[in-house]
Amino acid sequence: MTTRKLRSVAMAISAAALSVSLAACGSSGPAGSTAAGDGASMWGLTGGNQPVLQKSVEAWNSAHSDQSIKLDFFANDAYKTKVRTAVGAGEGPTFIYGWGGGVLKSYVDADQVEDLSAFVKENPEVKERYLPAVLKNGEIDGKTYALPNNNVQPVVLYYNKEVFDKVGAQPPKTWGELMALVPKFKEAGIAPFSLGGQSKWPDLMWLEYLVERIGGPEVFANIAADKPGAWSDPAVTEALTKIQQLADAGGFVNGFSSIAADSNADQALLYTGKAAMVLQGGWIYQGMKKDAGSFVTGGKLGFTTFPTVEGGKGDPANVVGNPSNFWSISAKATDEQKKAALNYVKDGMFTDADTDALIASGAVPVINGIESKLAASPDKDFLTFVYGLAKNAPSFTLSWDQALSPAQGDAMLSNLDQIFLKKITPQQFVSTMNATIGK
Amino acid sequence: MTITSSNRRRARDAGPSGWLAAPALVFFLVFAVVPLAGVVFLSFTSWDGLREIRLEGLASWTTVLTDPVTGNALLVTAKIMFFSFIVQAPISLLLGVFTAGSQKYRAALAVLYFLPLLLSSAAVAIAFKALLDPNFGLGPGLQVPILIQDWLGNSDLVLFVVVFVIAWQFVPFHTLIYQGGVRQIPTSLYEAAEIDGAGRVRQFLNITLPQLKYTIITSSTLMVVGSLAYFDLIFVLTGGGPGYSTRLLPLHMYLTGFKANDMGAASALGVILIVIGLGLALLLQRLGGKNRNDSQLEGA
Repeated sequence: MTTRKLRSVAMAISAAALSVSLAACGSSGPAGSTAAGDGASMWGLTGGNQPVLQKSVEAWNSAHSDQSIKLDFFANDAYKTKVRTAVGAGEGPTFIYGWGGGVLKSYVDADQVEDLSAFVKENPEVKERYLPAVLKNGEIDGKTYALPNNNVQPVVLYYNKEVFDKVGAQPPKTWGELMALVPKFKEAGIAPFSLGGQSKWPDLMWLEYLVERIGGPEVFANIAADKPGAWSDPAVTEALTKIQQLADAGGFVNGFSSIAADSNADQALLYTGKAAMVLQGGWIYQGMKKDAGSFVTGGKLGFTTFPTVEGGKGDPANVVGNPSNFWSISAKATDEQKKAALNYVKDGMFTDADTDALIASGAVPVINGIESKLAASPDKDFLTFVYGLAKNAPSFTLSWDQALSPAQGDAMLSNLDQIFLKKITPQQFVSTMNATIGK
Repeated sequence: MTITSSNRRRARDAGPSGWLAAPALVFFLVFAVVPLAGVVFLSFTSWDGLREIRLEGLASWTTVLTDPVTGNALLVTAKIMFFSFIVQAPISLLLGVFTAGSQKYRAALAVLYFLPLLLSSAAVAIAFKALLDPNFGLGPGLQVPILIQDWLGNSDLVLFVVVFVIAWQFVPFHTLIYQGGVRQIPTSLYEAAEIDGAGRVRQFLNITLPQLKYTIITSSTLMVVGSLAYFDLIFVLTGGGPGYSTRLLPLHMYLTGFKANDMGAASALGVILIVIGLGLALLLQRLGGKNRNDSQLEGA
């Protein structure tokens, strides 16, 4: 009897020990960064600006070993999901990389990011270094919550000069000219427009620019302000109709809905001459410079502004895109981490070395007084074009998927995908989207 | 009297101690039951992942149940489940029977068939995405007209492409199950059948298939319930698109939770997913009949 009892007890103990050891295996993942209590942490994005940020932080760390920053990189889409989950769980990094807009607002509403207004006031030189139009995107209700950290990224119409010469065409200045180019390129066996439709957000650039050109920036300002029925503006319907007309005419490359922009397949179509044009963000210049060297350095890459729409109300100088990326400081970080983070923002960012590295990579830093540096760059044509675009734009509308709340943004991208595929009508899009107002 | 009591005693002693189940039970409680309860609770709340969780009653459920995307996701899930089963079950059954043979070349082929089993879903998806690329993929590369299709961009075609890729990945696994099942069938049954003059087809239909009854049920349960969990492969391959064409329930749940940040609605979808999964598993077990402990080997 006693031996049996003893055996049961021993069994129970070993079982418990086993559970504990297994559980220990489970928790040995990456340790929480903010909660860890040591130096500040920073999550950046892989891609064009990765080496620039890496060098900037390395330089900071070697000069300030007492305030060192731990830097990790993530891919764009994965980052967006990961950071939000991490911030919600109180495990986010000290430096939160963002785009401003609706996501920043949700962090502010949840008291997850520091109010930097006092810091900016005490250190006016920080504020003064930025282009004012860009800086505004880090403000919510007149308070500064995020500071720009890299380059200005307006959406630009890129074209392949070689292909245009072959067909004997000129880049379109109006929507009519654009539509007239479609059959010309199709006859020559070249797709008029490349499009990374599987990633969905490249579709959005078409809607953003068309609505901007047709109705001006107020149309989206109303949508972003959650005004009831704001999507019913005739400019939206007209823009959606024009998109479907262009799709009907065969304007977009075959199979566009399975092309992923995240793998740069859309740019590849442009520089391999399979497509004549692509509407994409300013950041793809860096990618093409790296992947298709002679295409860019040989002057075969052309770029221009989005065409005007006949009878449209929007100022042709207005742009849409990403004004910049931003750093916010986590409110959950320790005082020591916050101090290190603010010191980096003040003295470690946009050093001469950073600015030069950004320009050398083919990007336009979001700061004042860099005209001479841009003019001295081998990419001066593109850089001065983008700088001028951003600086002279009466209105710079943030990409809609970033400006809206995540729930609205997700619904918008899915429904716009359906518009490009002609699965729904512009009227259906408008009524579905009106239902998301305020969500 | 004494005999019965000692018998009873022996019966109790025969099995291992119930304590052995403790670790599994603890893990099941901590990692399955507790999160499950959490999901059920969250489905009655509104939560964006950042702010405090607000109790909202049935609001999330009404959103989910009236949203046409949910209905579409259920339909897509059902289609993928049905076609996956129709494609995978016969192929893996036949391959399993084939590779169970003792010939050397069959063993060599079996090794090849099992290769996809070694690859992760994400790797399979990335590889197929590259192969099926409409501009730089296999078709345009080899200039084979039949292969030049918009495999992943055509709303009507994409579902079957997904079913094919799923089959490519999972047929080896089910083949392995069937191979094991076939090898358990006593050879005496086949010898007897041969003496009675039964041909190969007859042997397959009258011995192999009935003997594999429980293997078929196991494999089918895994196939059907497993298709409720196809997520990684489809997420990487199509992202649920084009449009909503391949947005099946688990993917819809993920996108609602982590892209639209509506944890309440995503939890409601999760509950639906669990109920369907449990229901299907129970149904398939029922199909196996009540007397599943009876021997199938009488006379062997």
